[in-house]
Amino acid sequence: MNGLAPPSRVSKTSRFPAYPVADLAGISFKHEHLHAILGDDAKGGFFEVHAENYMGAGGPPHDALTKIRRDYPVSLHGVCMSIGGPRPLDKAHLGRFKALVDRYEPALVSEHLAWSTHDTTYYNDLLPLPYTPATVSRVADHIDEVQEVIGRPILLENPSTYVLFPESTMGETDFIRALVRRTDCGLLLDVNNVFVSATNHGYSALSYLADFPLDHVGEIHLAGHAEQEDDEGDLLLIDSHDGPVADAVWKLFDIVIGRCGPLPTLIEWDSDIPDWPVLKAEAAAAQAILDRHADSLFGKAHATG
Amino acid sequence: MPRDELQSGDPGRRSDYAAAFTAGLLDPDRAPPDAVSGPNGKAAVKRYAVYRNNVTVSLIDALAASFPATLRITGPDFFRAMARFHVRETPPTSPLLFEYGRDFADFIGRYEYARSMPWLADVARIERAWLDAYHAADAEPLASGALASIPAERLADTVLVPHPATRAIRSRYPAVTIFAANRSDGPVGRIEANGPEDALVTRPGLEVFVRHLPPGGAVFLDRLMAGEPLGAAAAAAFAERAEFDLSANIAGMLQAGAFIAAHQEE
Ligand SMILES: [Fe+2]
Repeated sequence: MNGLAPPSRVSKTSRFPAYPVADLAGISFKHEHLHAILGDDAKGGFFEVHAENYMGAGGPPHDALTKIRRDYPVSLHGVCMSIGGPRPLDKAHLGRFKALVDRYEPALVSEHLAWSTHDTTYYNDLLPLPYTPATVSRVADHIDEVQEVIGRPILLENPSTYVLFPESTMGETDFIRALVRRTDCGLLLDVNNVFVSATNHGYSALSYLADFPLDHVGEIHLAGHAEQEDDEGDLLLIDSHDGPVADAVWKLFDIVIGRCGPLPTLIEWDSDIPDWPVLKAEAAAAQAILDRHADSLFGKAHATG
Repeated sequence: MPRDELQSGDPGRRSDYAAAFTAGLLDPDRAPPDAVSGPNGKAAVKRYAVYRNNVTVSLIDALAASFPATLRITGPDFFRAMARFHVRETPPTSPLLFEYGRDFADFIGRYEYARSMPWLADVARIERAWLDAYHAADAEPLASGALASIPAERLADTVLVPHPATRAIRSRYPAVTIFAANRSDGPVGRIEANGPEDALVTRPGLEVFVRHLPPGGAVFLDRLMAGEPLGAAAAAAFAERAEFDLSANIAGMLQAGAFIAAHQEE
């Protein structure tokens, strides 16, 4: 078990329905799709929002998220907590994050194994960290602090990276496994990030997945990437979130779900955002894979039961 | 992994990787930090440049999203070059991107290539106020007729509480007309206005409104927002503009939803 069920005290004062999210495909919510979503009779799936976009006091963002949350389960995805940074967490930011968790009762809460603020500057990118016993300790303290403040476990997302730190003494999967052991956090497995990092660092995505603590995964991310070249002229993949999911990533996703069974699966599409039907079709493709594995699990249960 | 081992890191070295990594993020002339490399001894110049590019481009994009009329006036190439200077000089300090760009209008005001558009900074000021209004706290505006119940002799002592979204922006140029013409998707015709225009920005419901304030209106509103009673605010407005029309200003601001409450001065 990965301990992802929200605490039961929430249900007593709930403002929203407790929709299940377990085997659903979802889509990153973009404000320009609000009318199409509200006017869509086929309600299904879930929406993920970037927490920071809802940290203003009021206005259309909160109005939209309230309307979405009434009809759908919502995943709250933090982008800039700097959990992977060396500095103490920003207490004001953590307080805003907690306020959103309390207000919108999200089905899933996640953050990144990365950092984006240093000294007083916010860099608006997911920056990498060295993997050492010292950074495990620091990052675990940050995860503990977040989980303590919000009163529930988070899902920590594996990053896309373009460089490595020669000072690293641990592999990424060992690092993540140590964090899970110390903090009891769950994991958000971004399959596109696995593919991007594996390509960029010259290792096999399948062996990464074989080492990954899949038992603790509570959500999957799928996204598109772009292609560039590194200094040696080799392929360098960029986690661009600006297009459809690549075939190789669909294939890895199928393998992961075959091993784990259905998991909440998000299509991330954050720039060059297409019309609503295009996103819906991408989510339907993910849902078909989830359903196929759900059916085969169901079949197996019958066969053995 | 045993806990002791996990906690054996030297705290003095903790911040090294972030300090080293960020040193060249906003400076394209710097080599990648020594702390990073590619796999198997590969170089990290293009690899580090991915992060540098993500940072700069995403922050320019953030300014473009927050200042769409400014972007439309200048065109994308001019805007992005101007925004790049600003991002490198004044990167964000808050992780909330809708807070970014508070210094952008002042930067535009001293940006040498924008000198031929002296009104551009004021358009950007209106756009910044628009974004503040968009994210401001929700509140029910004071009804248009709310002052009618106050006895005439007590009106001068009445204090109006501004709506959290209310902003006044002053301009020596026709900034409101230029803003309005470039904020929509429609064609921008020839702009005939040439006098100064002050803006009233409000959000009584979910939609942000930008209105043209009549003469003296900006002083009047500034004073009211500072907590001065109606009488004192009106006197200040008359002193600046003899043609100040008190009842038209009050009616217009109430109708725009600029206030949420009225009470007598203590
Ligand atoms: Fe992701």
